[in-house]
Amino acid sequence: MIEVKDLYKEFNGVPVLKGVSTTFEKGKTNMIIGQSGSGKTVLLKCLLGLHKPESGIISFDGREHTQVGIKEQRQLRQEMGMVFQGGALYDSLTIEENIMFPLKMFADQSLEEMLDRVNFVLNRVNLINVNTRFPAELSGGMQKRVAIARAIVMNPKYLFCDEPNSGLDPNTAILIDNLIQEITREYDIITVINSHDMNSVMEIGENIIFLKDGVKAWEGSNSEIFKTENEAIVNFVYSSNLFKKVRQAYLNETK
Amino acid sequence: MNYIEHVGKYFLMLKQVFKRPQKWKVFRETLFREIEDLGLKSLGIIMFISFFVGGVVAIQTALNVDSPFIPKYLIGFATKRSMILEFAPTFMSVILAGKVGSYISSSIGTMRVTEQIDALEVMGINSLNYLVLPKIIATVFFYPLLILLAMFLGIYGGYVAGTLTDLFYGDDYIYGIRLDFDPYYIKYALTKTLVFAFVIATIPAYHGYYVKGGSLEVGRASTQAVVWTSVVIILLNYFLTQMLLG
Repeated sequence: MIEVKDLYKEFNGVPVLKGVSTTFEKGKTNMIIGQSGSGKTVLLKCLLGLHKPESGIISFDGREHTQVGIKEQRQLRQEMGMVFQGGALYDSLTIEENIMFPLKMFADQSLEEMLDRVNFVLNRVNLINVNTRFPAELSGGMQKRVAIARAIVMNPKYLFCDEPNSGLDPNTAILIDNLIQEITREYDIITVINSHDMNSVMEIGENIIFLKDGVKAWEGSNSEIFKTENEAIVNFVYSSNLFKKVRQAYLNETK
Repeated sequence: MNYIEHVGKYFLMLKQVFKRPQKWKVFRETLFREIEDLGLKSLGIIMFISFFVGGVVAIQTALNVDSPFIPKYLIGFATKRSMILEFAPTFMSVILAGKVGSYISSSIGTMRVTEQIDALEVMGINSLNYLVLPKIIATVFFYPLLILLAMFLGIYGGYVAGTLTDLFYGDDYIYGIRLDFDPYYIKYALTKTLVFAFVIATIPAYHGYYVKGGSLEVGRASTQAVVWTSVVIILLNYFLTQMLLG
């Protein structure tokens, strides 16, 4: 379990996170949602250790990320997998080399073992015959799948995804969502997804944290979103007419 | 941010760079790649420029010492001294600052804005050590060889230019380049090269690593990197010359 307690972060005196507390559970797809500038990315980067919070505690299964030394922090980071918004694949390396990179750095395996593992994770994300290609030669959706493969190659305990669906067509977005959810359940890991995409939220959001102006304004699951009367989340999620109609239909059905 | 802050941040960066590599095998692979990118791929331009610079120095010297009282072998002597003391180590380093410096800052800067550096950090990798240390070692070990080659080709360029234009005799030129040879000047030139190589690898890396924004900022950082690297090379050249020859 990842526990966040009273997290406070500011930039040049401007507070971005104002005492956020929450927990992210194992085997669930945890989602952080909110408007642009609400602090989602900052919260995710604090979890990853890329930003140091002014105060508050982030604890990974009892290990306080903010308190441990650089060596322990690096160790902890090796237990994390991250899917960046743009994929963040290394341009100069082939797909195979990209995925193999964490193994080369941290696993004491032979080349054959590493290749087996690379092919295994590529199969897991349904990609074949891309080993020798470069990231620029793949479509956006394929790059995202490679990024997921690289994130899981070290068998992480924690998987973080920043806007995994941005720039993807609806069908590919659903494929990526389902893939992330399947992997989360299959490997029983803690997944935290930062997303704007309401389709994703409704599809796979098992534990949703809604941030507004740096404060946690609501927390619940995708099924609870339909029933909630919380004004902040209702205004955010049901800003489009389509979602308003879907919610009305759901409420009528459950009356 | 003022200049002093930049200098402080630059030295803090170096502190992170000079850590033990996390995996020697990966470090070795990266080092060989950097030697190819930063060193071998600069061979052509250095060979071309040094050959023609040597030719121009010899022709200009010949045209300016057109007096029966000045021996012709001084043309070879002056070309040799100019190439060894200044043109090969300093002029070529400024050329490399432009070619390699812009490559280093734009490649690291692009990695920064496309979150590739964040991806390294998230994996628990010391990104500065991984990205910058191989570049420093590649330049510091390879550039002295490049500069030695530039010295040789520059002097040879002078010989070819002179004999093709009939401004002086080849024998006079060869006598001049063998006259009063002092190995200390080579040592001086290579010492300067080592310092310049370090500067060429680190200042552009600094500008690229701390870039914020998008492609426009990467372009600006690249320009700034080349300008600052050239300025620092010229300043260090003055101080090193004072210290080593003054």
